[in-house]
Amino acid sequence: MKKINLILTLSTIVLFTLFLSYAQGNLDDYTLRIITLIPIYGIMAVSLNLINGITGIFSLGHAGFVLLGAYTSALLTLEPFQKELSYIIVPIQPWLLNLHSNFLVATLAGGVIASIFAFLIGWPTLKLSGDYLAIASLGFAEIARVLANNLISVTNGPLGLKGLPNYTNLYWSWGWLLVTLIAIISLVKSSYGRALIAIREDSIAAESMGINVFKHELMAFVFGAFFAGVSGALYAHWLTTIDPRITTFGPLLTFYVLIMVVLGGLGSITGSLIGAGVFALMFEYLRSLEEPFDLFGLHVPGIPGMRMLVISALFIFIMIFWQKGIMGRAEFSWEKFLKLFGIKVKKQSLAEIYLGKEGESK
Amino acid sequence: MFGGLYALLAVGYTMVYGILRLINFAHGDIMMMGVYFAFYASLMGSPLWLSIIIGVSGAAVLGFLIDRIAYKPLRNAPRISALITAIGMSFFLESIAVVLFGAVPKSFTAVFNENNKWIMDKTWNVLGARIPVMTFLIFFVTAIIFFILFWIVYKTKIGMAMRAISSDIPTTSLMGINVDMVIGFTFALGSAMAAAGGIMWAMRYPNVQPYMGFMPGLKAFIAAVLGGIGSIPGAVLGGFILGLLEIFLVALMPGAAGYRDAFAFIILIVILLIKPDGLLGKKSVVKV
Repeated sequence: MKKINLILTLSTIVLFTLFLSYAQGNLDDYTLRIITLIPIYGIMAVSLNLINGITGIFSLGHAGFVLLGAYTSALLTLEPFQKELSYIIVPIQPWLLNLHSNFLVATLAGGVIASIFAFLIGWPTLKLSGDYLAIASLGFAEIARVLANNLISVTNGPLGLKGLPNYTNLYWSWGWLLVTLIAIISLVKSSYGRALIAIREDSIAAESMGINVFKHELMAFVFGAFFAGVSGALYAHWLTTIDPRITTFGPLLTFYVLIMVVLGGLGSITGSLIGAGVFALMFEYLRSLEEPFDLFGLHVPGIPGMRMLVISALFIFIMIFWQKGIMGRAEFSWEKFLKLFGIKVKKQSLAEIYLGKEGESK
Repeated sequence: MFGGLYALLAVGYTMVYGILRLINFAHGDIMMMGVYFAFYASLMGSPLWLSIIIGVSGAAVLGFLIDRIAYKPLRNAPRISALITAIGMSFFLESIAVVLFGAVPKSFTAVFNENNKWIMDKTWNVLGARIPVMTFLIFFVTAIIFFILFWIVYKTKIGMAMRAISSDIPTTSLMGINVDMVIGFTFALGSAMAAAGGIMWAMRYPNVQPYMGFMPGLKAFIAAVLGGIGSIPGAVLGGFILGLLEIFLVALMPGAAGYRDAFAFIILIVILLIKPDGLLGKKSVVKV
């Protein structure tokens, strides 16, 4: 069965790569941008899910890590002359001016910086219990934003960074999603992952079973932050302009990611992916609400902000009536998927598959 | 001045947290809605006192409704669900304000007509310093509000019920107290105080916008933690201390003014590390 799963997974990846290469050449720019955004949201959602859903530490600081990744990578990919041009208010720190690297290094650096900060912030705050941690991590995200706004010689302050090279394409974003998935799924399936789940279920019991709760939580936090930083780097080069406004990297972004995670099911990695996809598509689709439209001959003027209203109402609705989300805590598995099409693969039939009729005769 | 607002908001947080163990993220946004109610009431021509009453009672009703609609179905759910719902509610209120009132900041000075404009402009000389009358007025009103609050919580029956619920919900309901009504009342009371604080704030810094409640809301929570969450005197104390600390920060290091929002969170982390129960908080014991 394991081998079949592997074959199925690999063939899906190959098929998907083929689809992506087809899409790259044939779809229009708008669609391409959405297809590129979905995995970026996916990385954010999966990494937040590792922290919130699987380990059960309620962190609201995701936007902070995304921001760190975005700024770090942006500072690395911008050409020195661009930096000189865009730092109008205060000139850039000289040591930052000549720092330059390719996109891969910049993305990794974004992740590393985010995880360093996760370590620094996690060390004091993970000793707190749930609610306080939520506020403290939200506070951290705000601090990061305030710093980005005020450390003008590093981040160019409220003006933000403009003209980032548009590196993030389909391959980068889906590729990084694949890396994220492999890393996080192997973490969750390892003994560390079991410990994380034990901590989520009952941290006191886990502690008494000899699990070092603090260390494990910190590890999950740093791990999640790394991928949040990576997604920030991808996001920055998708947007090509970043600034420290509330709407770009503020609590709103954390809220969006939280919606994706909750929509997909807290604790389910595949759920987070589905949530991210649904959210990205819905977010684009609901754009039509903010434009004027005609409903049964009645002219409805475009109302700015309507999209957020619908999304937050939907979110509250999900929390009250459908807390499990799309997947609950279940994960996607090929067995279940095949069952949908009436193909049953029993675990005992492993022998049949390998040995053909010999297995049956046994 | 900030301190008074934080204290008024923090009391709402601390009461709700004391009873439900829920951080009501929407608290700051309820304040914002209250300010908007007062603002639109006066735009429609109601006198100042009526606008204030409309704003405060509107927020109280809103707080009650939010509890009924969003939080009550989740009383028995995991605490994290209620917390997430509260975050959703906060963004819901913000976006409903954007849709209804527009995202552009509005000037609150419209609440002052010719008859009461003097409140805005007049200043008193105190030892050579010119202090606006408004500051005194706000101080006195805040003091009166706190007096009423303490009277309600410590001298009336419903206050007693609130305190009883905060220590043990199931037992309290066995004693024949309508728990949901008391929780609803707590929400209404907290929201009304938040709105009163918000309206005073808006009079002093005449600006209303949909996201005005977010930061004060978070800081008020920090104030509540600072004073010891669950303790009402603690919340008042915490609010004033946080306000004073912020003013000192800006006064002593004017260059750091931009970091004011970050400062509160640093205080939070420091407090939680040194004295997690806050200044006046009770020691919490983890039961296994």
